[in-house]
This record gives sequence, C-alpha cells and structure tokens, in this order.
Amino acid sequence: MRTELLLGGVMVVALVLYVLFGGADFGGGVWDLLASGPRKKEQRALIEKALGPIWEANHVWLILVVVLLFGGFPPAFAALTTALHVPMTLFLLGVVFRGSAFTFRAYDSRGDRVQKRWGLVFSLASLVAPILLGIIVGTIASGRLRVEAGIVTSGFWKPWLSAFPLVVGLFALVLFAFLAATYLANEATDPALKDDFRARALFAGIAVGVLAAVSFALSFRSAPVIASGLTDHPMTWPLHVTTAAAATTAFHALLRRHFRLARIAAAAQAALIVVGWTASQYPFLVVPDISITSAAGNERTRALLLVALALGSLLLFPSLYVLYRVFKSSGAPDPAPGAEGEPPPRSTSHE
Amino acid sequence: MDQLTYARSQMGMSLAFHMVFAALGVAMPLFMVISDFRYMKTRDPDYLELSRRMAKGTTILFAVGAVSGTVLSFELGLLWPAFMGTFGDVIGLPFALEGFAFFTEAIFLGIYLYGRGKIPEKLHFLSGIAVALSGLLSAFFVTCVNACMNDPSGFRMVDGRPVDIDPLAAMFSRPWAHETLHALLACYQATAFALAAVHAAVLLKHPRSPLFRKALRLSLAVACVTALVQPLAGDFASREIATHQPEKLAAAEALYKTQKHAPLLLGGIPDDATGEVRYGIEIPSGLSLLAFHDPAAEVKGLDAFPPENRPPVLATHLSFQVMVGAGSTMALLAVVTLYAWWRKRTLLASRKYLWAVVVCGPLGMIALEAGWLVTEFGRQPWIVRGAMRTRDAVTPFAHLAAPFWTFTLVYVFLGVAVVYLLFRQLRHAPVRVGAPLTVGPVSLRSPDSMAAESSEDGDIGGAVKGTEDRDGVGAGEANGAGKDRGTHAH
Repeated sequence: MRTELLLGGVMVVALVLYVLFGGADFGGGVWDLLASGPRKKEQRALIEKALGPIWEANHVWLILVVVLLFGGFPPAFAALTTALHVPMTLFLLGVVFRGSAFTFRAYDSRGDRVQKRWGLVFSLASLVAPILLGIIVGTIASGRLRVEAGIVTSGFWKPWLSAFPLVVGLFALVLFAFLAATYLANEATDPALKDDFRARALFAGIAVGVLAAVSFALSFRSAPVIASGLTDHPMTWPLHVTTAAAATTAFHALLRRHFRLARIAAAAQAALIVVGWTASQYPFLVVPDISITSAAGNERTRALLLVALALGSLLLFPSLYVLYRVFKSSGAPDPAPGAEGEPPPRSTSHE
Repeated sequence: MDQLTYARSQMGMSLAFHMVFAALGVAMPLFMVISDFRYMKTRDPDYLELSRRMAKGTTILFAVGAVSGTVLSFELGLLWPAFMGTFGDVIGLPFALEGFAFFTEAIFLGIYLYGRGKIPEKLHFLSGIAVALSGLLSAFFVTCVNACMNDPSGFRMVDGRPVDIDPLAAMFSRPWAHETLHALLACYQATAFALAAVHAAVLLKHPRSPLFRKALRLSLAVACVTALVQPLAGDFASREIATHQPEKLAAAEALYKTQKHAPLLLGGIPDDATGEVRYGIEIPSGLSLLAFHDPAAEVKGLDAFPPENRPPVLATHLSFQVMVGAGSTMALLAVVTLYAWWRKRTLLASRKYLWAVVVCGPLGMIALEAGWLVTEFGRQPWIVRGAMRTRDAVTPFAHLAAPFWTFTLVYVFLGVAVVYLLFRQLRHAPVRVGAPLTVGPVSLRSPDSMAAESSEDGDIGGAVKGTEDRDGVGAGEANGAGKDRGTHAH
C-alpha cells in the first residue's frame, strides 16, 4: 500500500481518537458551564473527576495530527496555517485558557473565588474551542479555500466566515457535548446524577441529529465536493447506514438506561462521523486544490514516520490502557499534600 | 515593527515562555524520583512528602508546558508557513518522535500522580522513571530539530527545494551532539537552581525544617554537579561552533576582524558602524585558546562573511555575555558549596549562604534563555542556515501585530498566575511532616520537640545542632523514623 495513504489513514485514526477523548473533554467543559439544578455541585465534581489527570494525554492526539501533517504533507500544512491563521489562533487561545484554567482550578483546591473564576474560564474556553475546530474543518471541506502554486489566493477571512463552516462548528460543539454527557451518565454512580446526564445526552443527541441534517443540506450549495462524496461514492453509503445505526442504538440505549451500551454506540457514532467526513473529501486534504498525492512529501520521511508510529504504538497503547485502568479503578487522586488534611503515611516507624 | 519583526517576536516570546515550563517539566521528574528512591531506601517520610509536593508542582508546570507546546506546533506554520511547507518532511521525524516522547510523559505522569498508593510501590517508582526518561527524550528530539536548522545535513537544495532528503541524517545534523548535551544539562541546572532557591527561601523563614533542609541538599547536589559540568559542555559547543558555524562565534564574541591570537571579550558594546567594541575588557589570545585550544590559532571574524550573511552582533553578543556571566556565577556558587562540604563546614545554617542560593535561583533559567537566544540570533539571517532566509519564510498574513500582542498579554497573565499559585501553595503548605496539618505559616517549634539531630546530617550543613521542626502528633515516631539515613535502625 502506498505510504501516503497509510499515513493519511493514521491521521484519520488520530483524529477519531482526538474526538473521542479530547472532544469529550471539551464537552465536559460545556456541561460544567451548563451545570444546573439541585445537583449542580455534584455534576461539576463528576466532570472534574472524569477529566482528571488524562486531559493532557487526550490532547496530544491533536499534536500528533499536526506533526504528521507537516512531516508527511508539508504543502498542505503550509496552506492551511496560512489561510486559517485567524480561526487557528483563536482556537489556540481557547486551548491555552482551557488547559491552564482547568489545571489551576484543580491545583488550587480551596474552593474560594479565585478557584471559581478559573472554573468559568475553563468552561467558556471549552465552549469556544470546539466551535473553532469545527469552523476549521468546515472550511477545509467547503472548497472555498483556494491555493494556486502553493500560494493561498482566497484571503484570510472569506473562506471561514460563512454559513457552512459555522454550522459545522456548532455541529462539533454539540457532538462533543453529546459524547461527554453519554460518558458521564455511564460514569456517575448516583442514579439521580446519571439521570441528569442522561437528559443532557438525549437533548444533545437531538441537536446532533438536527445539525447533521442542516450541514448536509447546506453542503449541496456550500461544499459540493463533500455533498457528492456523501451521496455518490459507493463506499460512503455503508458508512451512513452504520452511522445511523450507531446513533439509533445510542439514543435507544440512553432511553432504556443501558449506559454502557450508550457510551459505546455514541463513540462509534462520533468515530463514523469523522471517518465519513474524511472519506467524502477523499482524495483531497484541502478541497479542491491539494490532494493527498500532490501534497505528499519525501517518501523516506513517510516510511520512517510509519515505523516510528508502529513502534511508538507498541509503547503507547499498553501504557494508555494502564493509565485508564489506574485512573478509572478508583476515585480521588493523591490528596493534595497539606491542603486536605490527610496525614501522610508513616510506614516503618515501629520497628 | 514590520511583519517579520512581529513574527519573530511572537515566535521568540512563545518559545521563551514554553522553554521555562518545558525545562521544569523535563527536570522536575528527576527530583521526584530521587526523593522516591531516598524514601524507599530510608523510609524517611520527609522524602515522601518532598516527592508529593514536587509531583504537585510538576502537574501545574507540565500542564502549562503542554498547552504552550500545542501553541508552538501550530505557530510553526502560522508564522513560518514557507519554512514548514519546504522543510516539513526534513524535520518531521524528530518532531514526531518528540510528540511520542511527550505523549509517553503525559501518560506516565498520569499513572504516577494517580497511582501512588494504588499500584505497587516499585511500579509507581518505575512510572516516575518513565516520566523522567521521556521528558529527557522529548527535549533531546526537539533540540535535534534546532541542530538541523543551525547546520543542516541530510538534503541538497535544488531550485529552493530540498531534494534527496535523508530524514535521519537531517535529524543528526552536525550540531546535534553539543546542542543536546548543552541544552539537557541546562534543563537540569536551571531547575535545580530554581528549586534550591525556593527551598533556601523557606529555610530562611523556618531554619529548622528538616524537610526543607533535605530538599535543599538534594537540589544543591544536582545544582553543583550540573553547574560544574556545564562549562565543559559549553567549551565543547564553542569549539564545534568555531569550526562549523564560525559566523555565530564571531557574532557572540563581537570579533569583527579575522585574526590570530584573537582576544576573549568580556562585556562591551559592539558597534557595527565602526566595527569597534566599546567598554569591553579583552583577554589576549583568550578566544583562540578557548575555541581551538591554541593561543596562536586564527579565529574567523565577521569580515570573513558577506554583510548579508552576518548575524546581528549586538543581540548575539549580549545574550552570550549574559549566559556566560550567569553560568560563571552558578559555577562559583557550586565551588563554594563543594568546598564547604569537603571541609565539613555547615553552610545551611548561614543566612548569607541561603541568601546567595536565593539570589542565584533565577540564574539557571536566565542562562538557559540567553543561551537559546545566542543560537537563534547567531543563526540569523537564516531560518535554515544556508538554505532559507528567515524573511522568506514569514507568513503573508498582514495583521501580525494582533496575535503578537494577544499572546504577549496571555503569556504575561499566565506567568503571573502560575507564580501566584505556586506561591500560594508554598505559603499554605506546612513546613513539616507529622504535625497536625494546619493551613498557613507554621509556628516554630515548641521546646519539648527538641531532639538532637544526628551529626551525619552535617554533610552540607547540619550546623544547627539540635532541633527538628517536628512537634505535635507523632513527634515520638518521627524522632525514630524521620531522621536522615541510618538513624532509624535502632
């Protein structure tokens, strides 16, 4: 198989993992912002516990996509970072504020005003960043970003400031929120809290359906390549069918409170949406001027990148598994020394 | 400012900010695992407490390093699209490996932080080692990228494009050895000096705290070793540069004329217009001696290079002076410390010495930043030396003032926030183990907590015979178990 296709495939996998883990992190922030009702505090506590120590690992998937993009397809990276300077910069600001505010809040375990303010920064940034990410994806797919001989000719504003990218941005937001609510419903132990997130998941699930329909409808006018990819490619129809099946399963499972199944089905649904998008714009990296073949860089670099990826995943996946096991197996982290008041162990004092 | 200046300033500011957190993220885990190791050997709860505290600090520093690193991976393209579009596949491999190393560090840091007490102690310790190792590797890989920009190999330029790319050869471009050695040492050195300063500051306030005396000894040990090895690594680097990047050395030393018996310049303000240096002190033949280990050796001056290829002399020279000055001061402190240790003097009781450690605290970071500036300024006007000029790499995006000022404000804000949080944490944490964990600065010892401290505590300073700042609950146990090595055997 050709290495550029393999590398592209790896990038799709990394993107899927980013949506499933990093995306759900963003969604957690959204529900933190929208925490309400009698169990407001418990909702926030559950979200914080769920994000906990793994958010950094969850977001490295994005760095991996970026690095593979410029290592494997340098001209595509150059074109995207040039044309999407503004939304990417705004997205980065969201990432910076979100990550640092979350850590500052968790670190500063005192429950005072300072800590609450960090919480607000964290959740607002969690709301903004997914929209921008969706705008970036929507612009790439729309075909309004034009590149001639390596020079971006479509300007810095027009391609992304339009209806289709914006709708895709909202779509990303509700998708992430849906994922997070489904995961959280599964993770909660208190039945009332489970129901809080079940209601949120159902609500977000309906929004996902609506926005999927709107973006599909808009794509005929605003993203013709995507539209024809979604409708004409023979390979995309089975994808649609499975996506629809996953969505129905997730919804049904939520209604019947089968939370484990709901989580799996929701994850499958989100993964299939990402795969569906990439499949429908294949073979383009940037519709319609940069294809996976025309942007492919040096062959040896791609081969070495694939070797590094293969060896790296032998290390990564087992250790990721251990991390999730350690983390999910039990509740609270190592208590903050001194802050919470648990005396440190004093093991060998009685010889 | 023009577009190029804005882009360079934004990149420089982002890197300068990230570098502090990256260096701490690379080196803090080392101190964590050393404390764990000491705890496993001695069962002294102070070391456990120390490791926990450092783990907590690492969390916040690592998080800020992670987000600022994410920003950088995008900024490479946002600010220098032509560079990434042309050389992305030349330098992509070390970047990808760095990504992996960073991923591993994030994963094992999670295991380490949340696994304490949940996974077996040995495994927990091993996960700490994995954090420290992967931190080291990520710094190694990313410095390899810098090496390739400074003196690239692994490709040929044909019509402005690299051909015959060998990514491994590019990754190990000539400067890789001296750059990675110098940079990694700098990470440990800067962190050790910063930690030592924090611990010394606490000791100034609570002179009897056994926890912080152990902490200070630990950080001073690493600080002394790195501060003395670093000049040797610097010598290696300067000899490499003298031969292979002579214009960088000429700019760093403000040497305008090629000459034998080239003097070593201390201080001074170079003036490009006249080619003279004012207010400097010259040590005859010093530069020839340092660069080639031969006082008669010829050192290339800036006149050996066409004006359009010369680095900015003032910026490079000043950065170099700052680095060397800070490095020498730290080496001096290390010599004093080791001398006192050898003579069995007890420095930790001396307020003057503790103040000196506090004052030297920022020098490591200053030297790290200044040294990086030397290599960056000294590479100009190239982004990839000899292959692409910085001005040809900059983005056509016309409003670079906006992101520059935005990120500047954001980073200033984040920097202040981190310092504030760390300070708050330090203030509110007790300085002793085993006492009821009251929040807030701790009152000093009560008379009945007096306990003779063993004399072997005197390596770098058990001068303060007598008291442990460990009273209240569990003082009896602590007297038995909480001593330095060995004493708990009775």
